[in-house]
Amino acid sequence: MVGDTVHAGFPSPAEDFAVERMDLTTILVTHPQATFIVRLRGDSMREVGIFDGDLLVVNRALKPIHSDVVLAVVDGEFTCKTLWLRHGRMKLKPANPTYPEIVPKDGQIVEIWGVVTATIKRFRV
Amino acid sequence: MFALVDGNNFYATCETVFRPALAGRPLVVLSNNDGCAVARSEAAKALGIKMGALWFQIARLVESDGLIGLSANFPLYGDMSNRMMSLAAGLGPTQEICSIDESFIGLDGMRGDLVERAHKIRARILQWVGIPCGIGIGGTKTLAKLANHVAKSAERKPGSYPANLARVCSFAVLSADEQQAVLQATAVGDVWGVGRRIGAQLKEGGVNTAWDLARLDPATVRRRWSVVLERTVRELRGQSCIPLEDAPSNKKQIAVTRSFGRSVSELGPMLEAVSEFASRAGEKLRKQGSFASQVYVFAHTSPFRPPPQFSRGVMVPLRRPTADSALLVAAAIAGMRRIYEPGYQLAKCGVMLLDLVESSLYQAELDLEPGEDRDQSHLMGTIDQLNRRFGKRTVFVGSAGVPQAHEWAMRQERRTPQYTTRLADVPIARA
Repeated sequence: MVGDTVHAGFPSPAEDFAVERMDLTTILVTHPQATFIVRLRGDSMREVGIFDGDLLVVNRALKPIHSDVVLAVVDGEFTCKTLWLRHGRMKLKPANPTYPEIVPKDGQIVEIWGVVTATIKRFRV
Repeated sequence: MFALVDGNNFYATCETVFRPALAGRPLVVLSNNDGCAVARSEAAKALGIKMGALWFQIARLVESDGLIGLSANFPLYGDMSNRMMSLAAGLGPTQEICSIDESFIGLDGMRGDLVERAHKIRARILQWVGIPCGIGIGGTKTLAKLANHVAKSAERKPGSYPANLARVCSFAVLSADEQQAVLQATAVGDVWGVGRRIGAQLKEGGVNTAWDLARLDPATVRRRWSVVLERTVRELRGQSCIPLEDAPSNKKQIAVTRSFGRSVSELGPMLEAVSEFASRAGEKLRKQGSFASQVYVFAHTSPFRPPPQFSRGVMVPLRRPTADSALLVAAAIAGMRRIYEPGYQLAKCGVMLLDLVESSLYQAELDLEPGEDRDQSHLMGTIDQLNRRFGKRTVFVGSAGVPQAHEWAMRQERRTPQYTTRLADVPIARA
């Protein structure tokens, strides 16, 4: 299907030093199959610098650890909070004192959907 | 050795990943202008809803049982399929994608415990993409398919097969007695390649299970039925007759895909490849008397080669359902142009036709855009005849314009957002 190409003349002097331009996708997305983009609404995460309207880069391939910013599912809805994991207990902490912590009640399932690895803010297009 | 990986209730699961509140609820995905159910959640199956059920006949369950009907969201399924397939490809060196949610993996040359490896890949697909899969492993494609059926049934209906075969089942590691028990527990109609009509004939003749079928004499089967069924019998006995990339086409979707002999990085050959695949898919489409409404085009690098890796696909909606090769090829070319990027050693590409409707049931519209949808069925029939008579690609579509994607033309009243393919549609999280 592809014909062989024949190189004639001098090889390009640049070939041995070939570098590629930095690519934002490869910087922000380490696991392409596991990465999703989600938009944040609300201001309960403002003290970690995530504001209403920001885009979250969410990676499902990472194992969530204490103090990660995570996308969680609480009562069937997506919410973004800081994960608190200590002494075998788990809670979701907002980064804004006017919001309450989310502590799973008995029998309530809180799922960590993915780890927020970056946010994208745009000031103008 | 082969593995068959497929996503459970794929379309329904894709929807649930982005709307977790739907988990566990009866949910159907509707296709063909919201006419009939093409995917069902487990809870919807439990309500007795059959595949292909007409929406107007089951809509009463919305009130009584909380049934949810969603319009098929093909851009979402295409992207989720691409994520799942590229992870499934990690099972072995070769992959044949046979439909949007199903692929065979060739396992030749793989060392170590394949069952353990399959469990790991399954867990990875579930965690990374959110899709639960069934994985079947066997010495032939028919046995891999059967093992996949076992893996899914053992999970879904406890007691149908031994519980330890749930999710991942390798026919190859079972003892002879266990293999016999599994074949005896499998109805003959559930064997890959046994259609409804042949299945009924076999049952009349006292052949009720896969075990009964495997014990028939292949020569007799060829005489009484067909070479195809003989091949199935041999495959059930462990003799591999169906190589990768030669699957009988699935009625609900048609895929033509191929791994390249050597990697390709230029656009030209990729366009040639998808044009040819789209033509061949169109031929299959016309043979079964269907029209397609969506064309999915994908390409990827080999997962066994060092980076940079590339894995992309795009769903191209058609203006209206068609079986016209010119339009299918044009859509495939438009799709490939969209996803192509130079600098990657591409190992595989393919074209899938989805959202198929019976041409006899297709409701024609008043033609407001003359020229685009001239009735080409006569021309296409002639092309197919010429190609059958004088060999593949005797006559083919040489050039084609790019059709405009008119999404508004589709009736999709219960459409969910394109969560992963359009920035304006990404899921919302509260904070």
